[in-house]
Amino acid sequence: MVNYYQTLDRTFAALGDPTRRAILARLEQEGSATVSQLAQPFSIKLPAVMKHLDVLDDAGLIIRTKTGRTVIVRLSPAPMQAAMDWLRRYEHFWTHSLDRLAAYAESQEAQRRPEK
Amino acid sequence: MTSLTLVRRIAAQPATVFDALTTSDGIACWWGPDGGPVLIAETDVRVGGRFRVRFRMLDGSEHESSGEYLHVDPPHHLAMSWRWSDDEDGGESRVEFVLRATDTGTELTLTHSGLQDEATRTGHEEGWGGALDKLVRHFAG
Repeated sequence: MVNYYQTLDRTFAALGDPTRRAILARLEQEGSATVSQLAQPFSIKLPAVMKHLDVLDDAGLIIRTKTGRTVIVRLSPAPMQAAMDWLRRYEHFWTHSLDRLAAYAESQEAQRRPEK
Repeated sequence: MTSLTLVRRIAAQPATVFDALTTSDGIACWWGPDGGPVLIAETDVRVGGRFRVRFRMLDGSEHESSGEYLHVDPPHHLAMSWRWSDDEDGGESRVEFVLRATDTGTELTLTHSGLQDEATRTGHEEGWGGALDKLVRHFAG
């Protein structure tokens, strides 16, 4: 929770570029790809693609693994997991609180009714 | 992805529910995720007024949240900012209650949204909101 907002800022910053979004969309569809496969659809040079991958890597959105001379790129769920954790924390808090709120309000209502 | 919405149907009038949401006595009876006690419940229910609630959970841990009332329109609408006192990062979020009268009582809609909503909105303006939604679907699935 502590670093959540910083992590999220990095996530949003990384997503703020069309090339990086295209890379993520492709990884979402294909599961994984090599760096040269990722570079193919773009009219930019490999080093530029590598820079985009660095940004995505820093944001924790992708994981790169090297097998021999080939670098495989995969999506990483961690930053989105942080968002899910945020939701879960509040869902737990409010689900139980609202159950008790409803029970309390209904008991109050039962007390009020005879007064009318 | 950035906000939580819960709906409850309650067999009590909106005014009764609104009192439960805003009075110290009411809050003391329901606030918290388990049966642990509410230790402090302070409310100053007017726009700009503040609330502070401290509760102890059954595991002994104590938690405190506080914030400012942003919208007070009894018995139908209540909104406040929200911050955990123990959250060093200091992230502030927003809690909103909408109470709608029904045949059987009240339909309560709670929305708890995070700071990141601001970023999401900016994102939509920049046109990449869809990409983020897609990612969330991916990881949620």
